[in-house]
Amino acid sequence: MPIAWEEDQEMESRSRGNDEIRQSWSLKMLGTTVILAFRAINRHKLRSFLTTLGIIIGVAAVVTMVTLGNGATAAVRQQISSLGANVLQLRPGQGFGRGGGGPRPPDFKPADLTAIENQLTGVRAVAPMVQSSGTAIYEGSNWSTTVYGTTAAYFEVQSWKADTGRLFMPEEEEAGKPVCIIGNTVRTNLFQGNDPVGKRIRIKGVSCQVVGALATRGQGGFGDQDDVVVMPIKFVQRRFTGDRDISQIMVAVDDAYDTSTVQTSLEELMRERRKMKPGAEDNFNVFDTKQISDTLTGTTTILTQIVAAVAAISLLVGGIGIMNIMLVSVTERTREIGIRLAIGAVAREVLMQFLVEAIVLSCLGGLIGLLLALIASVAIAPLMQVPFIFDVKVNLIAFLFSAAIGVVFGYFPARRAAALNPIDALRHE
Amino acid sequence: MATPPSGDPIISLRGVTKVYGSGPTAFQALKGIDLDIAQGDFVAVMGPSGSGKSTTMNILGCLDVPSAGEFLFKGRHVERLDRDQRALLRRRYFGFVFQGFNLLSRTTALENVELPLLYRGEDKKTRYDSGMAALDKVGLKDWWDHTPAELSGGQQQRVAIARAIVTQPDVLLADEPTGNLDSERSVEIMELLTDLNRNSGITVLMVTHEPDMAAFARTIVHFKDGVVESIEQGVKA
Repeated sequence: MPIAWEEDQEMESRSRGNDEIRQSWSLKMLGTTVILAFRAINRHKLRSFLTTLGIIIGVAAVVTMVTLGNGATAAVRQQISSLGANVLQLRPGQGFGRGGGGPRPPDFKPADLTAIENQLTGVRAVAPMVQSSGTAIYEGSNWSTTVYGTTAAYFEVQSWKADTGRLFMPEEEEAGKPVCIIGNTVRTNLFQGNDPVGKRIRIKGVSCQVVGALATRGQGGFGDQDDVVVMPIKFVQRRFTGDRDISQIMVAVDDAYDTSTVQTSLEELMRERRKMKPGAEDNFNVFDTKQISDTLTGTTTILTQIVAAVAAISLLVGGIGIMNIMLVSVTERTREIGIRLAIGAVAREVLMQFLVEAIVLSCLGGLIGLLLALIASVAIAPLMQVPFIFDVKVNLIAFLFSAAIGVVFGYFPARRAAALNPIDALRHE
Repeated sequence: MATPPSGDPIISLRGVTKVYGSGPTAFQALKGIDLDIAQGDFVAVMGPSGSGKSTTMNILGCLDVPSAGEFLFKGRHVERLDRDQRALLRRRYFGFVFQGFNLLSRTTALENVELPLLYRGEDKKTRYDSGMAALDKVGLKDWWDHTPAELSGGQQQRVAIARAIVTQPDVLLADEPTGNLDSERSVEIMELLTDLNRNSGITVLMVTHEPDMAAFARTIVHFKDGVVESIEQGVKA
């Protein structure tokens, strides 16, 4: 034997610092594969772009949906808090609406209102409400809207001010005079920018004088808050509802008092007034606005999650797209793989090259998707009248997910490339 | 400067056979090859199609393993190495030149030449310096930034040779390197291979059909029906 194996090995380890036929995974090797991946991507720019398109769209869709959804949630929360913190809403029945079977729970009476005003401590303002709907007509314009019958206390509870004109006078309330205060949507649709104060509108067949117009509040959890005509409660009861029942009482709690304590007192008072037996379930409910806020933001969050889940499916499809193109690419580049193997690439390096290529593509797609989502969110948020909120966590998760897609869907094609036989691969046409 | 073939063979094949398939359809491509190739030799391998010369070259290039027999490279039993170990051996000791050039498309001459160095983990500067030196050796230094599509066949083959020698291999395996070239370019390529053999001490193994090309070699090995038919030595002093 001309050259002894050990001698050769010793020579090698002296000159190169390691045995050249045993190679451990190193950072250097990773660096090499990253260089090769970028070169391969650069060589096929259009194809690379098309490959990542699925990821780009998927990431952009998910992040845009979640960002806008978060904005919507924030908007709902903010608008509900604009209803006035520390407001209790007293309604007949249990929970929202008057659902369920059985006899309809009775509305409230004027005496209930007086009792709350006089017997409950920690109350800043109490406003009774009845609600009706009808079409408001002014000259040639008409507008279908909601009619609230209430008192001036309503505006105090809601912290809602007149933009022009005034609120109700005590004598107008007392006598139930045909006067009204209109919300901004009604004002815009009936008066088109003209001053509404002093004009007479017809609503549900009766004529009433506009004494004021309210400041705009925008979209709320309950729809357009400005689409409203407010009239003295006695007028609405007399002309529209036909009795003296009150369908809802709003109680503004004094800042110095605890809302839940006042809520408990209110509940006790109402049980007493409604002569309810101990142990019987309340046939009315008291809502803290915070509770409504939580309910509504919960709903928007769920909706956001559903939409995001649908968008996430497109991300998955994007991943399959990457796998598809990578498989085609492996077949098309069989000869190239053969060259690399002949030159001395080990299977692991070929595997890593294709895997890194897939990961780089999906990461680039992820980054472009995030950028598009940013642009889309900034552009769409004002149209939806929701604030733009940049959430680092959402962006980071979406990016990491796109990288993970590269790993998962790049592995199979990469393994196929690495398993090629160099002789066959070189012969491949 | 000329390095004469030394006495110790760099490559030894002992009773090498190769069988493709199994059972009644099995085909025996090699029927027991014994062959020694001396360090620094220039060997032309000739023979008709199906004579086993390509199979032998694949085994010599560590791309394939014998079904039976021994393949000693520098005293090392290559037939006992696994796939990755053979890849690392190729990376360290072998350069390949193919009939169809096999350059990476849309990739500059320099990047093609640098490729083996990349797999050896050389840094950027070493890759550039060695790559340019190899291109200089084949006379294409000024063409370093051209892609294969922008080069003639002869130039492409010279880039392929530069890629094969950039790692300063011990053995250069050339599979019909002039098969796709006209006679004038073929002679240029053969002169280049001769120069590498004589002045850089690279052992050259070349498969060819053309006696004119084989005439550049020192030793000509004739294959027939899976065995070595004859060996002509000292063809060209």
